[in-house]
Amino acid sequence: MADLPLPSEAMADARHNMEICNACRYCEGFCAVFPAMQLKREFSDGDLNYLANLCHGCQGCFYACQYAPPHPWGINVPQAFAALRVESYAEHAWPRPMAKLFERNGTAVSLLTALAVALVLLLAGSLQSPDVMLRAHSGPGAFFAVISYQAMVWSASAVFLFALLAMAMSTTAFWRASGGGTITAKALAHALHDSMTLRNLGGGGDGCNYPGEGFSHQRRWLHHAMAYGFLLCFAATSVATLYHHGLGLVAPYDLLSLPVLLGTVGGILMLIGTAGLLWLKVLADPAPAARAVLGGEYAMLILLAGVAKTGLLLLAFRATPAMGWLLALHLGFVLALFLALPYSKFIHGLFRTAALVRSHQER
Amino acid sequence: MADLTRIYDVLVIGGGNAALCAAVTAREAGASVLLLESAPKPFRGGNSRHTRNFRGMHQAPTKVLTGSYLEDEYWDDLRRVTGGITDEPLARMTIRVSAEMTPWMEACGVRFQPALSGTLSLSRTNAFFLGGGKALLNAYYATAERLGVDILYDAEVTNLHVDDGFVRSAEFNHRGFPASVTARCVVAAAGGFQANLDWMRQYWGDAVDNFVIRGTPYAKGRVLKTLLDQGVAPIGDPTQFHAVALDARSPQFDGGISTRLDSVPFSVVLNRDGVRFYDEGEDVWPKRYAIWGRLIAQQPGQIAYSICDAKAYSLFMPSVYPAIKADSLAELAHKLGLDVGTVERTVAEYNAAVQPGRFDSTGLDECRTEGLTPPKTHWARRIEEAPFYGYPLRPGITFTYLGVKVNENARMLMADGRPSANLFASGEIMAGNILGRGYLAGFGMTIGTVFGRIAGREAARAARN
Ligand SMILES: Cc1cc2nc3c(=O)[nH]c(=O)nc-3n(C[C@H](O)[C@H](O)[C@H](O)COP(=O)(O)OP(=O)(O)OC[C@H]3O[C@@H](n4cnc5c(N)ncnc54)[C@H](O)[C@@H]3O)c2cc1C
Ligand code: SF4
Ligand code: SF4
Repeated sequence: MADLPLPSEAMADARHNMEICNACRYCEGFCAVFPAMQLKREFSDGDLNYLANLCHGCQGCFYACQYAPPHPWGINVPQAFAALRVESYAEHAWPRPMAKLFERNGTAVSLLTALAVALVLLLAGSLQSPDVMLRAHSGPGAFFAVISYQAMVWSASAVFLFALLAMAMSTTAFWRASGGGTITAKALAHALHDSMTLRNLGGGGDGCNYPGEGFSHQRRWLHHAMAYGFLLCFAATSVATLYHHGLGLVAPYDLLSLPVLLGTVGGILMLIGTAGLLWLKVLADPAPAARAVLGGEYAMLILLAGVAKTGLLLLAFRATPAMGWLLALHLGFVLALFLALPYSKFIHGLFRTAALVRSHQER
Repeated sequence: MADLTRIYDVLVIGGGNAALCAAVTAREAGASVLLLESAPKPFRGGNSRHTRNFRGMHQAPTKVLTGSYLEDEYWDDLRRVTGGITDEPLARMTIRVSAEMTPWMEACGVRFQPALSGTLSLSRTNAFFLGGGKALLNAYYATAERLGVDILYDAEVTNLHVDDGFVRSAEFNHRGFPASVTARCVVAAAGGFQANLDWMRQYWGDAVDNFVIRGTPYAKGRVLKTLLDQGVAPIGDPTQFHAVALDARSPQFDGGISTRLDSVPFSVVLNRDGVRFYDEGEDVWPKRYAIWGRLIAQQPGQIAYSICDAKAYSLFMPSVYPAIKADSLAELAHKLGLDVGTVERTVAEYNAAVQPGRFDSTGLDECRTEGLTPPKTHWARRIEEAPFYGYPLRPGITFTYLGVKVNENARMLMADGRPSANLFASGEIMAGNILGRGYLAGFGMTIGTVFGRIAGREAARAARN
C-alpha cells in the first residue's frame, strides 16, 4: 500500500490560507468554516481536512477577499479547500488501493461506467438469444425476460452493499483522522438539518457567488433537485423491492404505481439538477475553481444524469423492442454509479455531514 | 462605455467608498457620471477595501446594531479622541446623517452581519459589513455599473485645471497614456497621501523607509496636491498620520487588517537597543493600539520587539506571521537579532518589579510593576515560562490627516474662504475637517458615506444649474 506523499501542496496551501484568514476574520459571517477556524491558533492536518470538508465552495469569501490574487498572498479559500477535499477523499478511501482511482478521477469514473455497461450488455446478450433483445416484451416479468431477476438483484445488491461498506469505512476513517470524538444527538440533528437544507450555501440570505461574482440561489436549488431526485429514485427502487418480495407484485409496474411515480419524479428532478449544475459549471468563473478536481465533478454529474436519463427512457420505451438495450444500459449506469460512490465526489455528502457534526459539537 | 469627448455632469476622482457613494448618488439624481480610479480593477477600492465596519448613530436596536447610540454620546466619543480638533457643526451633522445611511447602503446591495454575531464588543456602535470592505465595494461597483456610471480603471488623475475656484477639466494617465476629460462638476474622493513616500519624507526624513503602509499603494495624494496648489484651503496637520503597530514582516503596502499585532498589553516591548520605552499596559488595547505606531516611529530604526512567554501567548489574536519562538530568552533575543545580555537584563529588571495581583485579560487588572521606569501598569506578569515568543514591530500607517477644507454641502472652500463653484470632496481627502486628530473605529467609512452622498447630490444639482 503506497502512502500519499505528505505534507502535500494542497495541505500547505490550505494552511497558508487559514493562517491569514485567522488573523483577518472578515468572512466570519459567511459560513460554518470561519467560526470553526477561530477556535484554533494552529492547524493540524486533521483540522485542515475537517475545515476543507466543512467548506461548501460557495465562493463568497473569494470575491470578498482583499488578499485574493493578484495580491501577493493569493488567498483563494474555495480553491485551496477544493483541492484538499479531493485529497482527503483519496486519503481515507477504503480499501486503500482504491485511492489510486482518485488520482485520475474523471477518467476513472467514465472508464468504470463504460466497463459496467459493457459487462451488463455482454451478459444480457450472451444469456439471452439475440432475438430476445430485439423483441418487445410486456406483462409482469417482462424485464426479467431480458435480464434474469437473479442476475439483476445479485449484481446490484453486491455492488451496493460493498459501496455502503466502503463509504462507512472511509467516513469513519475521516471522522477519526479529523479529530472528531463521540457524536452527540443534538450535533447530529443540527448537522443533518444543515446538510439537507444546504444552509451554508445560503450565503447569509442572498445565495452563493456561483457561477460568478453575483449572488444566486441557483446552485442550491439545482443541488436540491439532484439530491432529492436521487433519493426519490432510491425510494422507488426500495418500494419496488418491497412490492416484489412483500406483495409478490412483479415489475414492470403501472404508470400510476408508487415506484413508477417516485422514479419518474425523481428522475426528472435529477435530470434538471444535473443538467443545470453542468451548465453552471460551464459558465463558472474559473478563478476560484480548482482545476484538478473539475474532471471528477463533471464525470460525476454526467454519470448521475446518465442514470436519470436512461431510467426515464426505459420508462418511455418499455413497451417497445428498444426495452432490452435500454434496460441493460440503465443497469449499467446504475452499477457504475454504485461502484463509483465511495471513490468519487459523491463521498462529499458524508464527509461534509461529518464535518458539520464536528462544527456543531465544538460550538 | 466612457466617452471622453463628451462633457460629463459629474467627474468623480477615486475608487473607494467615498467615490462610489458620490458616483451612485449623483447618477441616481440623473447626472451623467464618469469615475476615474487610479488602481487597476483587481486592486480597486483604495483603503476602503480593507475596512470592515461603519459607525452609525441609532435611537433603538436595528437589524445590524444593538442598543442605542445617540448623537451626544457619539459626539462625546469624537471630541475625546480628537482632543477637540474637529468642527462641531460639521461633526454633529455627519453623526445625525449617519443614522439614515444603512437602508440606502442595503439598497445598493451592501450586506451586514446580523447584530450580536460579531466577535468584537463593537456591535452597539458599529455595523459590520458581511465579508468586509471589498464585499461592500463589489456591491457599490455593481450598482454603479447597473445605473450607468462610466468607470475607468488604471486612470490616475494628474492635474485639475482650476480657474479662480472653478474647475474646467482634468488630466489623467489612462493605462500609461495621457488623456483628459471635461466635466461640469468634480468630486475629489482620492483618499490621503500616505502611499507617497517622497511627500512623507519631507516631514519624517528617511524614517519613512521603515514605515509600512497598511492600505492601498495608490493613495499618492496627487489630487490633493493639485487642489492645494491651486488655492483650495488646506485642513489638518500635514505632518501627522494615524499609525498602529504591526508585524515588521508585513508587505510594504496592502497588508491590510491582518498584519496588526495585539500582543503588546501582554508583552514587554523593547527597542533596537533592548530596552523598554513605554507603558505597555496603560489602558485596554482598543484604546491604545493607535498610539503604538507613533511610539515605534520615534524609536531608533523605527523598530521594536514584543516579547512574551507561554502563558501570555493565547491571550491575543493569532498573528499573520508565526511568532518567533525559543526555549530560552537568550535564544529568543539572538533570533530577534538583539543583544542577548541587554535583553536578559531588561527582562530580569522587569520581572523583579512585577507585583502580585489579580490578573484579568479582559479589563484593567491589578498586575503592575513597582519602581520600574517606564512602569507597566496593567497585565504585568513575569516573563519566565518557556517557550518564549517574539514579534518584530514596525509603524503601520493607516492614513494622513492633511486634506481640503469643505462646508456642510461638501463644497470645497478656497483659501480666501469663498466656496468653490463646482469642486466637491468626500472621504479621507476631507476627513481632517472633522477628525483632526486620533481616530474612532468605523468613523472613516461614516465620513466617506455621509459626505459621498452629500457631494454626489450637490454635484448633480450644481451640474443642472
Ligand atoms: C487596514 C485598514 C482598516 C480600516 N478599517 C476601517 C474600518 O473598519 N472602518 C472605517 O470606518 N475605516 C477603516 N479604515 C479607514 C478607511 O479605510 C478610510 O477612512 C476610508 O476607506 C476612506 O475612504 P476613501 O474613499 O476616502 O479613500 P480610499 O478608500 O483610500 O479611496 C481612495 C481612492 O482614490 C484613488 N485615487 C488616489 N489617487 C488618485 C488619482 N490621482 N486619480 C484617481 N484615483 C485616485 C485610489 O486608487 C482609491 O481608489 C481602515 C483603514 C485601513 C488601512
Ligand atoms: S478569505 Fe480573505 S477576507 Fe476572508 S477571512 Fe480570509 S483573508 Fe480575510
Ligand atoms: S467558499 Fe464559501 S463555504 Fe467555503 S469557506 Fe468560503 S465562504 Fe465558506
